[in-house]
Amino acid sequence: MRRRAILLAAIVLVLLWALLSAVVNRPILPSPFEVLWITVRELPGELGGHLLVSLWRVVASTALAVLAAVPLGIVLGQSARADRWFSPFVYLLFPIPKVVLLPVLLLFFGIGDLTKIAVIFLILFFQILVLVRDQAAGLRPELLFSVRSLGAGRRGLFRFVYLPASLPAILTGLRQSIGTAVAVLYVAELFATQQGLGYYIYLHGSTLFDYPRMYAGVIAMSLLGLGLYLVVDAAQRRLCRWQYAA
Amino acid sequence: MIELENLTFAYRNQPLLFEGYSWQARRGESWAILGPSGCGKSSLLYLLAGLQLPTSGEVRIGGEALRRPRPRTGLILQDYGLLPWATVRANVRLGLRLRGFYGPDGRHAPRDEVVKDIDERVGTWLQRLGLETVAESYPGQISGGQRQRTAIARTLALHPDLLLMDEPFASLDAPTRQDLQDLTMQLRLERSLTLVLVTHAIEEAALLGERVLVLGRPPHQLPQVFDNPGGGSPAHRGTAAYDQACASLRAAMESVA
Repeated sequence: MRRRAILLAAIVLVLLWALLSAVVNRPILPSPFEVLWITVRELPGELGGHLLVSLWRVVASTALAVLAAVPLGIVLGQSARADRWFSPFVYLLFPIPKVVLLPVLLLFFGIGDLTKIAVIFLILFFQILVLVRDQAAGLRPELLFSVRSLGAGRRGLFRFVYLPASLPAILTGLRQSIGTAVAVLYVAELFATQQGLGYYIYLHGSTLFDYPRMYAGVIAMSLLGLGLYLVVDAAQRRLCRWQYAA
Repeated sequence: MIELENLTFAYRNQPLLFEGYSWQARRGESWAILGPSGCGKSSLLYLLAGLQLPTSGEVRIGGEALRRPRPRTGLILQDYGLLPWATVRANVRLGLRLRGFYGPDGRHAPRDEVVKDIDERVGTWLQRLGLETVAESYPGQISGGQRQRTAIARTLALHPDLLLMDEPFASLDAPTRQDLQDLTMQLRLERSLTLVLVTHAIEEAALLGERVLVLGRPPHQLPQVFDNPGGGSPAHRGTAAYDQACASLRAAMESVA
């Protein structure tokens, strides 16, 4: 039912686009069918290569952000003292739009993948850190006492309580910030690179004036964002079943 | 089994709860700790569990001074002790998994026990506590009574010799409470457990405690102990001795309040 509603909405959007492109009737808004055809044709070739590069950048930075933010978030959530020291920094740094650091990162990390990965990392890192910290701090003392009485020490609590407890926070963090991550990736790929969907879109739109291909890049980037969102959504449904069970 | 020697305890920057307090309980006895809220009875239980450490003095269990939770002591709280993200079955497994996780190191798990046949042991306890039909449900999906049964199964699956309970039936409706009180007494007799149960309910203390430790207003210095022969057995409920115990405990509570 839900899936059918989503499919229906997609069809309506494509039809609206077709209508609009017929009304506008200019090369800057090609018909969706032409764009979809090019997307399908280009995916196994050039477009697919750029998509994979972009995908790799998002996945690598996500993995790094989770690996760094989760343990730190758990430590801050457990220790009021550590949190007192750290939270002012988080408070100041969290609201900074990380995309403005892009020129700085470019200077330090150069024009390679590292800069793109670093900027997405910063976005996801703070989002996940804050959510995991709050989740860990909010665990009921009764739960911790009970599990300690079963024999858990520091390692046992980490493995059997804090880590599973932070899973919903990780996935919520990813869900909230994956869209921003892809948007920032697009911006990052406009600079000094010849790989990635951002570059592909820019090249075909502003240099080659090949609008159908530019739109194919936009479609691919949308699919990247949508696909990642669906993966996180499915993971949350599967791994956090207890939250949906009423 | 339990020896408190000159126990002094206060939370940081809080008034003293216990001051030079000494008390003993023998192996196999069934004790109730009775007192009004805020009297420090839960803190006493946490001290016995090794989850709080005395400011001075000593808590000895089985002859050994307590520095951390002891592997053979089980603890059951009023609520929220279960992992909300794990099924009933996984919750019952938790203690055994922790034993496997640490191995028989003598600190987190008994030195003399190699845990095997976990599934079988979990299955046995699920069955004994009547939890098979809800084994794959999450704590949020089952009743309060079933949650406490899960907590009991999880604890007893570890074969404790001392069971500590903090107001374990306080949030249950009357029939469920009676049911679980009886079950607790049966299991205690079956497994020859030493039981220490904290409660604010006079009737519960009179039913479950062969001996009742009454706590009044802190700081506590001398233990006030009531003998309640016949307590600790379901047959005690409704007898003249039980009524008598209720009356004495009520008088004691009024005098210390």
